[in-house]
Amino acid sequence: MIEHEVLERVLATALRKGGDFAEVYAEDKSSTSAGLDDGRVEQVSSGRDRGAGIRVVVGETTGFAYTADLSEAGLRAAAEAASAVASQGGAGTRVVSLTRSPAHVVNRIEIYPDTVGKAAKVSLLQRVDEAARSMGGAIGQVSAGYADSRKRIIVANSDGLLAEDEQVRHILRISVVANGDAGMQTGFESLGHTVGFELFDQHDVEELARTAARQAITKLRARPAPSGAIPVVIKAGSGGVLFHEACGHGLEADLVSKGASVYRGKVGELVASPLVTLVDDGTMAGEWGAIGIDDEGHPSQHNVLIQDGVLTDYMWDHLRARKEGHAHSGNGRRQSYMHLPMVRMTNTYVLNGTENAEDIIRDTPYGVYVAKLGGGSVNTASGDFVFGMTEAYLIENGELTDPLREGNLIGNGPQVLRDIDALANDFAMGNPGTCGKDGQGVPVGDGQPTLRVKSMTIGGTAA
Amino acid sequence: MSSGSSQLQDIADRVIAQAARGEQVEAYVARGVETDIRIYEGEVEHFVSAQSEGIGIRVIKDGRTGFAYAGTLDESAIASVLAQARDNVAFGTPDEWAGLAEPDGVAVVPQELWNEALAAYPTADKIALAKELERLTAASDPRVRVDDANYSDGAGETAVATTTGIRVNGRENACYVSVSTLADDGDETQTGFGFSVGRSPHEFDLAKAAREAADRATRLLGAIKPPSKRVTVVLDPYVTAQFLGVISSALNGENVIKGRSLFANRVGESVASPLFTLIDDPTNSKAYTATDIDGEGLAARRNSLIEAGVLQGFVHSSYSARRAGTVSTGNSVRGGFKGTPGVGCLAMQLKPGARTQAELVADVEDGVLIQMVQGLHSGVNPISGDFSTGASGLLISRGQLGAPVREFTIASTLQRMLHDIVEVGGDVDWLPSMAAGVSLVIADVTMSGA
Repeated sequence: MIEHEVLERVLATALRKGGDFAEVYAEDKSSTSAGLDDGRVEQVSSGRDRGAGIRVVVGETTGFAYTADLSEAGLRAAAEAASAVASQGGAGTRVVSLTRSPAHVVNRIEIYPDTVGKAAKVSLLQRVDEAARSMGGAIGQVSAGYADSRKRIIVANSDGLLAEDEQVRHILRISVVANGDAGMQTGFESLGHTVGFELFDQHDVEELARTAARQAITKLRARPAPSGAIPVVIKAGSGGVLFHEACGHGLEADLVSKGASVYRGKVGELVASPLVTLVDDGTMAGEWGAIGIDDEGHPSQHNVLIQDGVLTDYMWDHLRARKEGHAHSGNGRRQSYMHLPMVRMTNTYVLNGTENAEDIIRDTPYGVYVAKLGGGSVNTASGDFVFGMTEAYLIENGELTDPLREGNLIGNGPQVLRDIDALANDFAMGNPGTCGKDGQGVPVGDGQPTLRVKSMTIGGTAA
Repeated sequence: MSSGSSQLQDIADRVIAQAARGEQVEAYVARGVETDIRIYEGEVEHFVSAQSEGIGIRVIKDGRTGFAYAGTLDESAIASVLAQARDNVAFGTPDEWAGLAEPDGVAVVPQELWNEALAAYPTADKIALAKELERLTAASDPRVRVDDANYSDGAGETAVATTTGIRVNGRENACYVSVSTLADDGDETQTGFGFSVGRSPHEFDLAKAAREAADRATRLLGAIKPPSKRVTVVLDPYVTAQFLGVISSALNGENVIKGRSLFANRVGESVASPLFTLIDDPTNSKAYTATDIDGEGLAARRNSLIEAGVLQGFVHSSYSARRAGTVSTGNSVRGGFKGTPGVGCLAMQLKPGARTQAELVADVEDGVLIQMVQGLHSGVNPISGDFSTGASGLLISRGQLGAPVREFTIASTLQRMLHDIVEVGGDVDWLPSMAAGVSLVIADVTMSGA
């Protein structure tokens, strides 16, 4: 994408007015997407995003500029714009000598998206549509989206780092609407991994479509969810979004250092039920948040955040690690070359417990069983967080009974982590997610075994 | 917007001139610059200054649509985008309604979307504004810390050309300042935010942004989790604007024809309280999202959606209108050059009542003033109508505001909430969102707490 020597000269330009650190992040991303709705393949789209973001750090100040012009002249112009923050400068010429980092390959790609014909991509959508509609007359509408991307990144910085990675992702999303006497209900499933097109040989997309359809049909007979604080059992792999929101964001070092996290100053303390061991792991091959290197050029890592309930560490990016004298953790990520990196999660999950999932349900006289979670959000400073339940059932006398209508659950992170009173041994990863922070979205994964929170507030309407 | 010449218009014109026989081609070309400044503890934390540009091309042939984009205006890249879009055509399903918009003769209502004072505003002054906002906020209350103070502006130019005769271009700029706060009391920390928007920095009200940011954070200190029960809620204008954003999905003509709107087949029927009159009017220059043309290049216009509780109609793009057997309402929306046009409301406004929020609260026997909601994206389903969201605010007892409350949800269904509207306030607030804010009183909502 860019020559080694050009990168060295651009970094020198970036530091010409002074500055402690300079970095070039360049990416070249090709993507294809196709959407089917109402029985029609509406359109196939192709996209190309190519450019570089350059930052210069002077003390606590970062200057940043980006450009779609990857010529040396274009990069130098961006470097000069980014270096405007270093006006006191006068540092003279600084020579940057780059050393290529050994490749850190996490994800194995068999079939690259550009080697697959568009017809094969589109036919996935048609198979999904047919399978969902085969579930009966209640299915009123089906929409499906396919997307692939191949992104090459190069990161070079004034510490001499030069690293590259290639990230290939494939995702399929299925939404179904079912019609009943009492109105419409929806079902949703998705399949996304950081792998090649072989993904669709390894998974049964028709079954995924039927699952989405069943979800919508089942909800047609759903009754209003309860209202108030009750026990909640969360199915394995239904979405570790619970942990993503309840504590993941609060363990990001940028929020911690500004005192905007309830977990500030809590390293070494018991912050969760001793049942809980929480990991953020960018090396989990093939998962949606898996990366070879982060967007600051550091290899992805397996980081234990909470061990047996005790907070062991936060997640770090370059700026926060440098300021606190901490090692990188491979969590410096950004949406694209147009964005500054910050601390972000990768694949965040809770390790297995020892109980049997069926026993956990059987031991719950009354509660809510959440089979599928929707999105969520958190206020890291107060710890209050919400997440949606898109498929849930009532638990009565230790058995699943009626399906429930959708709603939010609300809780306080530190409280909910302490209130986890049962953890099963049936770990599963959840659906691919997009985590939003400060206006940037990045792909993340999550997972967890079946677990019970002894009390959470369910935002339903039933007494 | 104008139909005159510009560098971007020339690029768009050149692309559509390459249309082959039987092909419809649309070129959407954009270029933008942005400045983003963040201040923390009196210093610049980051300063972002950047430019971007790109082109999106749609090709329609024999009822099939193909699309491609690239984030560059390089000549060779543009040629490859057109080739890709053409190649993609073959894989669509033929659709008898597919097609580009055609000029419909509706006159454009000119808007002042470009401000010379902003374009000429010096960078050093932008930094000074954000620093001043941080200082004012920190000084407003001893319990308040500033998480960050920001200044942002952007300027963009776009041009659209189609083989069906649409040819428009224009430019637009805008700016805002915002501040995030933390308020501490012992172990407890709460957050707040404040902002001010303007066509130019001269329109900012920094003192108000600082006061609101401090107030939002401190008012929740010591908040309790309320009991679970049915109550009347008074939505702050800021919350009402978000509520209207949810409703907009059911008024989207594309959702209606595709069986995804709870308002389908209900035109002429009562869908809300008679107090509820809703329009979409991007031609009102007071609206933050006021605009002169829509995403396909047709004139933006005023559309009546719900009149005294009775559903009047839906918003449409040229495609959804063709399928529904009607005409475009000028409601095509697109997210820049990377996307193709969809349908959406552009600037929703609820017809205001006459009274202040304090007067509305004084009439509530047992309720909650909802000042913030959390999780509208996860607990609200605009297709089924299920509505459940995290919330915080102040209890109302016998017409008096009481203790702050947090970590609870409010729930109902959209269908019921629209009928349960008790009163619309007179306190219209032209917020930086797709809908204007106004206080709204809704009865019989379930509050779930302890």
